[in-house]
Amino acid sequence: MSLLSCDSLTKNFDGVEALSGFSCAVKEGEIVGLIGPNGAGKTTLFNVLTGFIVADGGQASFQGKKITGKPPYQLARMGITRTFQILRLIKRLTVLDNALICFQNQPGERLGNIFFRWRLSARQEAANREEAIALLQQYGLGDKLHDLADALSYGQQKLLSMICCLSASANLILLDEPVAGIAPEMIEKILDMIKGLPAQGKTIVLIEHNMEAISQVCDRVIFMDAGEKICEGTPGEVRNDHRVIEAYLE
Amino acid sequence: MEYLLHIFVLIGIYVILSVSLNLIAGYTGILSIAHAAFYGVGAYVAALMALKLQTPFLSNVFCAIILTGIFGVIVGVPSLRIRDDYFVIATFAFQVITFSVLNNWVSITSGPMGLPAIPQPEIFGWKVSSHWEFLALVGVFAVLAFLVTRRIVESPFGRVLKAIREDEVFALAAGKNVAAYKVLVFVIGAAMAAVAGSLYATYITYIDPTSFTVMESIFIISIVIIGGAGNLWGSVLGAVVLVVLPEALRFIGLPNSVAANVRQIIYGALLVAFMMWRPQGFLGEYTFRKGDQG
Repeated sequence: MSLLSCDSLTKNFDGVEALSGFSCAVKEGEIVGLIGPNGAGKTTLFNVLTGFIVADGGQASFQGKKITGKPPYQLARMGITRTFQILRLIKRLTVLDNALICFQNQPGERLGNIFFRWRLSARQEAANREEAIALLQQYGLGDKLHDLADALSYGQQKLLSMICCLSASANLILLDEPVAGIAPEMIEKILDMIKGLPAQGKTIVLIEHNMEAISQVCDRVIFMDAGEKICEGTPGEVRNDHRVIEAYLE
Repeated sequence: MEYLLHIFVLIGIYVILSVSLNLIAGYTGILSIAHAAFYGVGAYVAALMALKLQTPFLSNVFCAIILTGIFGVIVGVPSLRIRDDYFVIATFAFQVITFSVLNNWVSITSGPMGLPAIPQPEIFGWKVSSHWEFLALVGVFAVLAFLVTRRIVESPFGRVLKAIREDEVFALAAGKNVAAYKVLVFVIGAAMAAVAGSLYATYITYIDPTSFTVMESIFIISIVIIGGAGNLWGSVLGAVVLVVLPEALRFIGLPNSVAANVRQIIYGALLVAFMMWRPQGFLGEYTFRKGDQG
C-alpha cells in the first residue's frame, strides 16, 4: 500500500487552476522529485497536503487515512512535515530551540503539566534536548547550538529547517526547493542528508528545479504542468520525455 | 512613610498588570489595548461581591478571575480571525464598550458615581487594613504572578508562544495548535488583570469607571514597552519607573493641576521616544515595529 496517495485533487484560485485533477501515489521509503515550470502547482500541492490550503475537490490520504480538510497542526502530528520555499525558522531563537520546538511529544507544552507535572515535562524536555543535539551534531550544526538561527548562513538555515522535520519525527517529509540558492558544498551536504533519510524510515517528496540534484537523489520523478501530472518515471526517462522538453522550451 | 508604602502597593499592582500583558503582547505578540477593561471587570466584580454579598475576599478574587477569564475568551477568539492592527482596533472597541457599560449601567455599577466604601479584604481572619498589610498582600500576589508567568514563558509552552509571535505559519507546520495557545494566553492574562483589579478595589476602597479607561490600557502598554517586551524583569522595572516618575514630578514643585497634565505629555513623549530609538525597551527582546521582525 502506498504511504501517500492523491486522487484527482483540484484547486482553483480565482479561475486559475493550480491543481486540476492531480493524482499520484508515493510508496514508503521513496524519494520522489516533483518538477515542472513555475506555476505548475507544485507548491500548491504541498500546501494542500499540509493543510495550509483546502482543496476544492479530490482526496488525499496518508497511511490510509484521509488528510484533506484537516488543519496543518493535525497533519504535522500525524507525521507529515514540510519545509518552505521562502525559508521559515524562528530566527530569534537559538538553533537548538528551533530543533526542539518541532518535537511532537512535549508534555511541557500543556499548561497543566508545567505547573503540576513539572518533572514529567522536564524529563521529556531533557530527552528531546539530547536527541536534538545528536541530530544537529550528525548534520554538522553541532558547534552552532546556541547561536541564533538568524546568524546561520542561508544554506545552514535550510539544513536546519530539514533537521526540524526530523525532530518532528515525521514519516513523510515534503521539501520545497531544498537546494535552491545555496553554495555548492552545502548542496552536496544536503543531498547526502536526503539520500540517507529512507534508511531511517522516511519518505521524501521534493520540489526542485536543479535537475542535477534531482538525478542524484530521486528514485522517481513526477513532472507536472498546469496542475496535472504529465508523466513520471526515473530521472533519466523524464528528462528525455518529449513533453518535458517541450514544456521547458516553450 | 505611608506615602512611600502607597507607592510600593501601586507598583505591586502594576507589576501584576504589566507582567500579564507582557505574556500576551511581549511573548505571544498579540498587542491588546483592552487590559484596563479586564482590570476594571475584575475590580467591579470583586467590589460588587464584597459590597452586596459580603462574601470573603478570596472567593471574590476567584469569581473575578473566572468572569474576567470568560471575557478573555470573548475578546481572544476574534484574534484567531483578525490579525495585527485590526485586532488592536477590536480590543480598543472592547475597552470602550467596557467603559461605557461601567459608566452607564447605573443600577449595578452606580455609573460615574462609582462604588464607595468597599470593604477591605479579610483572609482567614486576617483583616488587611494598614498600608503594611496591603503591601504584604499585594506583594504576595505580585510575586505569584511573576513566578507563574516565568514558569510559563520558560517552559516548552513558552517556546511555542515565542514561535507564534515570530512566525505563526512555522508554528502551525510544527504541529502547534496556534488558535488554542492564543486564546489560552489571552485568558490567563485577563485573569491576572482581574486579580490586580480586585486588589486595587479593596485597597483604595472606592472605584469609578475613570480608573479603567483607554488611558489606563495605554499606561500598562507603556510599562511593557518601556520596560521591554518579552522580558519579565523589564515589566517590573517599567512599573517602578512609570509609577515613580509622576510622583517625582510632584517634588520638583509643579502644582498638582499642572503635574497631572504634564504626566500625560511625559508618557506620550516617552512612548514615542522609545519607539523611535529603543523599540525593545530597557530590557526587551521583542519590538512591535514591523521592519524589525524576522
